[in-house]
Amino acid sequence: MNDFELPNFALALPEMFLLGMTCLVLVIDLFLNEKNRIVTYLLAQLTLLGAVVITYYQAGYVSEISFSGSFIRDEMGDILKIFIYVITAVVFLYSRDYLQQRNQLKGEFFALGLFGVLGMMIMVSAHSFLTIYLGLELLSLSLYTMVALNRDSEASTEAAMKYFVLGAIASGMLLYGMSMIYGATSSLDIAEIGKHISENGISQDGHIDMVLSFGLVFIVVGLAFKLGAVPFHMWVPDIYHGAQTPVTLYLGAAPKLAAFAMIMRILVEGMQAIHADWQLMLTAMAVLSLAVGNIIAIAQTNMKRMLAYSTISHVGFLLLGIIAANKDGYSASMFYVLVYALTSVGAFGMIILLSRSGFEADTLDDFKGLNERSRWYAFMMLLIMFSMAGVPPTVGFFAKLWVIKAVLDVDMTWLATAAVLFSVVGAYYYIRVIKLMYFDKPIDNAEISASMDMRFVISTNGLLMLVLGIFPGALMAICQSVIS
Amino acid sequence: MLFGYNIILSVLIWLPIIGGLVVLAAGEKRARVISLVVTIATFLLSIPLYTQFDMTTAAMQFGELHAWIPAFNINYQLGVDGISMPLIILTSFTTVLVVLSAWEVIKKKPEQYMAAFLIMEGIMIGVFSALDSILFYVFWEAMLIPMFLIIGVWGGPNRVYATIKFFLYTFLGSVLMLVALIYMGLKEGSFSIQGFHSLPLTMNEQIFIFIAFLLAFAVKVPMWPVHTWLPDAHVEAPTGGSVILAAIMLKIGGYGFLRFSLPITPDASNALDWLIISMSLIAVVYIGFVALAQTDMKKLIAYSSIAHMGFATLGFFLVFSIIDNTGSAKEAALGMEGGMVQMISHGFISAAMFLCVGVLYDRMHSREISDYGGVANTMPMFAAFMVFFSMANAGLPGTSGFVGEFMVILNSFKANFWIAFLAATTLILGAAYTLWMVKRVIFGEVANDNVAQLKDMNAREFVILGVLAAAVLFFGLYPAPLTEVMHASVEHLLQHLSLSKL
Repeated sequence: MNDFELPNFALALPEMFLLGMTCLVLVIDLFLNEKNRIVTYLLAQLTLLGAVVITYYQAGYVSEISFSGSFIRDEMGDILKIFIYVITAVVFLYSRDYLQQRNQLKGEFFALGLFGVLGMMIMVSAHSFLTIYLGLELLSLSLYTMVALNRDSEASTEAAMKYFVLGAIASGMLLYGMSMIYGATSSLDIAEIGKHISENGISQDGHIDMVLSFGLVFIVVGLAFKLGAVPFHMWVPDIYHGAQTPVTLYLGAAPKLAAFAMIMRILVEGMQAIHADWQLMLTAMAVLSLAVGNIIAIAQTNMKRMLAYSTISHVGFLLLGIIAANKDGYSASMFYVLVYALTSVGAFGMIILLSRSGFEADTLDDFKGLNERSRWYAFMMLLIMFSMAGVPPTVGFFAKLWVIKAVLDVDMTWLATAAVLFSVVGAYYYIRVIKLMYFDKPIDNAEISASMDMRFVISTNGLLMLVLGIFPGALMAICQSVIS
Repeated sequence: MLFGYNIILSVLIWLPIIGGLVVLAAGEKRARVISLVVTIATFLLSIPLYTQFDMTTAAMQFGELHAWIPAFNINYQLGVDGISMPLIILTSFTTVLVVLSAWEVIKKKPEQYMAAFLIMEGIMIGVFSALDSILFYVFWEAMLIPMFLIIGVWGGPNRVYATIKFFLYTFLGSVLMLVALIYMGLKEGSFSIQGFHSLPLTMNEQIFIFIAFLLAFAVKVPMWPVHTWLPDAHVEAPTGGSVILAAIMLKIGGYGFLRFSLPITPDASNALDWLIISMSLIAVVYIGFVALAQTDMKKLIAYSSIAHMGFATLGFFLVFSIIDNTGSAKEAALGMEGGMVQMISHGFISAAMFLCVGVLYDRMHSREISDYGGVANTMPMFAAFMVFFSMANAGLPGTSGFVGEFMVILNSFKANFWIAFLAATTLILGAAYTLWMVKRVIFGEVANDNVAQLKDMNAREFVILGVLAAAVLFFGLYPAPLTEVMHASVEHLLQHLSLSKL
């Protein structure tokens, strides 16, 4: 690219809007006193709403690459971005009460959250290794800081430290891998890399270029770190547990969508030609994640830690679709990650709902007898747990059905069998939560206090598990159509 | 036909489910009445399935077909034949009795209890009428949720262990079936069960699919050696839960063999029929002895259920050796129909037995046989019913319990004398464990003060048991209405079985 052409700025309109608004939020927040902090929250929500509108109006056009090949706007990106906005908005809503009750409603939480969203958007729309890395770092730095926000808590500080060190290692790995790929293909542009690898990556006798394969290994390791796949999962439980619940909520949901996009851009669009090589690595990681996540989760007594291990097992499921390495599999993974994000927001939201000032409802015992305290929220949690376990008629079933179908389609029956067997193991700890809610006597009899909007949204969130489970067709069709 | 549309099956599925939600919303006071109205309406609506049923054809009737998930070619496809139709009516009939039986007894959150049973009813009817395998699977698994709650919330002291065991056992059994269904769905291009029936499969594929199905259905039936969840679940479940479990849920396993295993993998079924036959015979003989040793009434009836369901599976899988021995598929029809009659009749009798135990339990809060004795002295009317149902459970001629067993034993002579011999031991064992229990509970001197203070049945209990007694007697004396609706479907199935898929 010798001749400079003016980038098509309109493509990055959502990103620019979000950046501008976030800076505005940051500045306005400076001039607000404690009482009016809610304005920051409202502005943050408004920003996300605006981003939804802009992205929505952009969606539907043919995909286009600009900024000298480093930025892409396509339908998959649009859908993922819209989900990222919506899920982050729900996260902000759930968090507001929690933070307010503890006098911790700070503008930083929302500003960092929005910067994180910007990072995710860049990851989703990145079309060169450099942009991917920039987006990833923007997201990661926001996350490190958010985990550390509750600086008086030892656990949070420790979690932030761990997260930072391990996250830096992962970024290093990824960057190292990227540099090798650059060495092998002499390009950072994903389309160029894809072209180069499919033309020159594999020699006549079927061996892949040495540098390329080393680069691939480092990239997969980096991705696995970010996803939390076994054996690169060690940080997940500690960070989920140590961070404040709203932060856990934030980092457990939307960033998974961005990580999915990153896999799609790097492995699928960039390295589809050598899929046999990454398939093998992902298969090992998927099986290990399913096993480790599901089995260790049984031993947990802390809800957040249990959900952290459950996340690891869900990552295993998510990888199954990628392993299939075809269009159907990618759609299945995308559906899985969207469903997972919605479910996990609901699960962490329930912890927030049951918590109140000076009391964290983050152990399993805090869920005891929920049915006697509130039939409705117990039912919502029941739907969320069954969806996580993949029991129909909740949507989690269709998410699992599709990824299993994808691996069966490529004749990996053993993998499908292993996955369903581990999902039985997983079912145990999910139904244990239901057991606590329905069969046990409550320990804590406090009224459930939550604002109206939180009640409304968490009810919608829970019912969505059922509604999407009965009518999964539309969301499935979307996932199918946006993967090209 | 309703308003010109054939939506009767959908109505039967969704009316109880929506009714259940209404009950939940209506609250404690009106829960009972609304539930009763909904279940009676569902039962009445299920009667046209019988009266308008075309007995001359094996084709699916009352069919409905709507696209559900077009991306995968998964459809909302319903329909019934002679195999599933009687089971649907059994379901809608039993649920009415369950609602009645809980009327005064359930004091803890009655609206949730009733709602769970109503939703369960809709789901079970869905299982029997689904003709799309994914739809079937959705109903099949969804059934676990209400049952899990019923046992766990309203059950006995050890309910948590029992219900988690129940859930995980059945869940483990069914996930491999899901893999098999998707595997075939990919080959076939759709998930229609009837499509699977004609899908050509190699022997290897058939064996694996057969085993996946076997795991799912054997757990549900349950067959030895995967039966251990059932006694626990039964003992801990509230009366209504036991009734539904024994009368309907076990039948779903048997239904699965007829709808999936046999027609989809006929060659594997043929090759592995010895496995099922041995498992069935072990259930009949060994579990019969186990039942003899029980001290808990519910556990005894639970084991007797396993033994009786062994008869059903025996009847289904004898067909291959009969076809080999006699060369005609017609000969085998008797055994298969016997197995089905056995399932329906067991639905009535086991429901009645569990309700009888429930009547006693509501008064004494004990299920131990040793806590009773001489109940006939204080509860003569109840004793008459209990003795009658026990006779039926033991297979007394003139009751429906006799018909199915007799048909299967008669037919098994055509397969092999020793199979028939072992199967016939049930006539002794069944009589032994049931009547011995009756002797210890009902007859003799009044054993203790608690028994002396027992009050006989009230009108509600009388109606419930009376209706069941009438049904048991009716089908015992005149089973034709039951068997004639099955003829065409069974013949079609046997025809299908005699053709290899290889």
